[in-house]
Amino acid sequence: MATEIKAPPYRVFNIAPAIQPGAMDGLKSFVANDKIQNDIGFPAFETEDWHDKAINKFSELLGKYRSLKVYLDACVHCGACSDKCHYFIGTADPKNMPVARQDLMRSVYRRYFTLPGKLFPWLVGARKLTREVMDEWYSYFYQCSECRRCSVFCPYGIDTAEITMAAREVLAAAGYGQKYANEIIGKVHKIGNNLGLPKAALEDTLEGVEEDTKEATGLDIRFPLDVKGAEVLLITPSADFFAEPHIDSLIGYAKVFHAAGISWTLSSMSSEAGNFGLFIGNYDQMRKIALRIRQAALELGVKRIVVGECGHAWRVAYSFWNTLIGVGDGANDPYAIELQNQLDHRYKQPMHICEVTWDLIQQKAISFDKEANDKHIITFHDSCNVARGSGMGDYPGGQFEIPRNIVKAAANHFFEMPEGTTHEKTFCCGGGGGILTDDLLELRVKGALPRMEALQTVVDAHGVNFMASICAICKAQFTKVLPYYGFDRRLIGGVHQLVSNAIKLGDK
Amino acid sequence: MTILFAVLFYFAAGLFAVGLIYRISTYARTPAPLKIPTTPSPRTKFGVVMLMTREVFLFQSLFKASLWTWLFSAMFHAGLALALIRHIRYFINPVWDWVEFMQPFGIYAGFLMVAGLAGLWGRRIFVDRIRYISTPSDHLMLVLLIGIGASGLYMKFISHTDIITLKNFFMGLMSFHINPVPEDSVIKIHLSLIALLMIIFPFSKLLHAPGIFFSPSRNQVENSRDKRHLATWAAQLESGK
Repeated sequence: MATEIKAPPYRVFNIAPAIQPGAMDGLKSFVANDKIQNDIGFPAFETEDWHDKAINKFSELLGKYRSLKVYLDACVHCGACSDKCHYFIGTADPKNMPVARQDLMRSVYRRYFTLPGKLFPWLVGARKLTREVMDEWYSYFYQCSECRRCSVFCPYGIDTAEITMAAREVLAAAGYGQKYANEIIGKVHKIGNNLGLPKAALEDTLEGVEEDTKEATGLDIRFPLDVKGAEVLLITPSADFFAEPHIDSLIGYAKVFHAAGISWTLSSMSSEAGNFGLFIGNYDQMRKIALRIRQAALELGVKRIVVGECGHAWRVAYSFWNTLIGVGDGANDPYAIELQNQLDHRYKQPMHICEVTWDLIQQKAISFDKEANDKHIITFHDSCNVARGSGMGDYPGGQFEIPRNIVKAAANHFFEMPEGTTHEKTFCCGGGGGILTDDLLELRVKGALPRMEALQTVVDAHGVNFMASICAICKAQFTKVLPYYGFDRRLIGGVHQLVSNAIKLGDK
Repeated sequence: MTILFAVLFYFAAGLFAVGLIYRISTYARTPAPLKIPTTPSPRTKFGVVMLMTREVFLFQSLFKASLWTWLFSAMFHAGLALALIRHIRYFINPVWDWVEFMQPFGIYAGFLMVAGLAGLWGRRIFVDRIRYISTPSDHLMLVLLIGIGASGLYMKFISHTDIITLKNFFMGLMSFHINPVPEDSVIKIHLSLIALLMIIFPFSKLLHAPGIFFSPSRNQVENSRDKRHLATWAAQLESGK
């Protein structure tokens, strides 16, 4: 963007903005070049037969995904979702209303796959898939963070994330991939994590963290890598290895394992919890990325698989791993059976680090010196994929209670943001779902508006100075956009960062 | 004229039934490869049945979304349901007691239905967001339903049709006898609009009615860690390894 990016002003009334057609027209993240596409088996950009490739893919997806088929048929344009999307609230562009975003694809569906659309396209708003439509898709389906907030309010549960994923798949199949997501997927396959951190660099980093932690605590708290026979394999987002504030949560996990006496390890081959296959809606990619984790678990002979603070990774792990790679109960291909026999089924597989920590707190295996967090006045930001795409514990809503319970166990000052902006109605950080790239910074800043308004409320009322979250994307996104709204970038942090500050070590 | 209406209703009923069965069977046959309930959601089948009941009868999610839309929508759907129940008496002989009992409710439900539809149309016209997403068919659908409701109310409160003849017409159709259709034009409008509604049902957004039962974000049990969920096409990927 040539012009300087500015945060939109807070709304005076907490209602949807008047629509501004075209407000975000033409905003476009960088397109994947041919090499990036080919590296993950996708076709090159601008192939001659893009139209047929796209329609064939569309048709294939309609046969493979009930969600897509039902959702494209069922929408009645009631508008229940129309004021629910953070990108619409932040940009006022009507194509960022979930229903209008879906209609970009639904209009093409009607033209090619329904009778009225073929006979009377003008009547039902059906249109041909042209190059311009593809451009529009590319622009607006990469202005969706697949956060599912709209699906909470839809009377039929229509989930725009499903439509966005399908549209991205169609685009990619016609050679129109996104540089950010597809490059990262290439890196995971080649190197093992989204950041392209090779084993030597990872070893180095972990050694550094270990030394720093020793300096701070005087204790030998280990950050093990590739240790065969460890009890726990920790799969965490690679940002945890070096980014701020992510690394403070990594130290928190290590302290929890240390204090509870649980042996654990990271894997250099599978050093990434994130799975961008989800973002582009590609089952095959998602499965291939997840398979690295099964392979690592088998090679290291671990008894438990635990996932670190990462929102979409937890959705993939909790909701999809059992389907994709048989981590969970009930898989029956040879590798999955081997894994089933190896894992300790007294524990849920996989487990979220928050579930691990909360269980240990309840068993009194770890405890806290809460005053250590007294400088922090804390609120909790529910990350969308955890809130609406997964669960924790053994009751619905555990994903809301458990992280809050941990924060309250480790700190004295906790305040909730206003109702309607948390729990299942939480607002996305504005950077999820394959949007966390600087070429979409304008969108990220604007999309953060509803969360920033909610945060401002508790900052004003209670002096909140720490927003805890359990998602690497939330942490990275807020670190970047908080200053646009006049906040300190260090206001965002992890739940296990608070755990790290206050956990009692060694002297139990 | 009678022959025309007889043919029209056989055609409409046939298309409605076949079209709907076809659509529902495609929904049922298309697999849902991943567990995608919008969480937090029930972890047992019974819980899902309860959730679906609340969605279908109380429009729970819409209630969370917008009180106005919920109110108009509830008025329309409840009104339509009661009016339909009232109409059962034109298709059975003798009339069941409970249908007899429902008659007065069904009559006034017509007003409820039309008022709800008017409210929904008002939102489509006056709320900028909803005006933006409305297609011509969205407006026409409301016109069609209002037309059905208004013509029905006209015949109840202003100028009655020959209801005995009408009942004979439909009872005849159901046993493949063609009896004359009433002469007045309002009933003919009423009947034509209803036939049109039945014809477009399987091709339009009216598919939201069967669609909700197949919505994976609402109808899936959230037990992904405890029970493996695998679609046939996804299972084939397994054997490849």
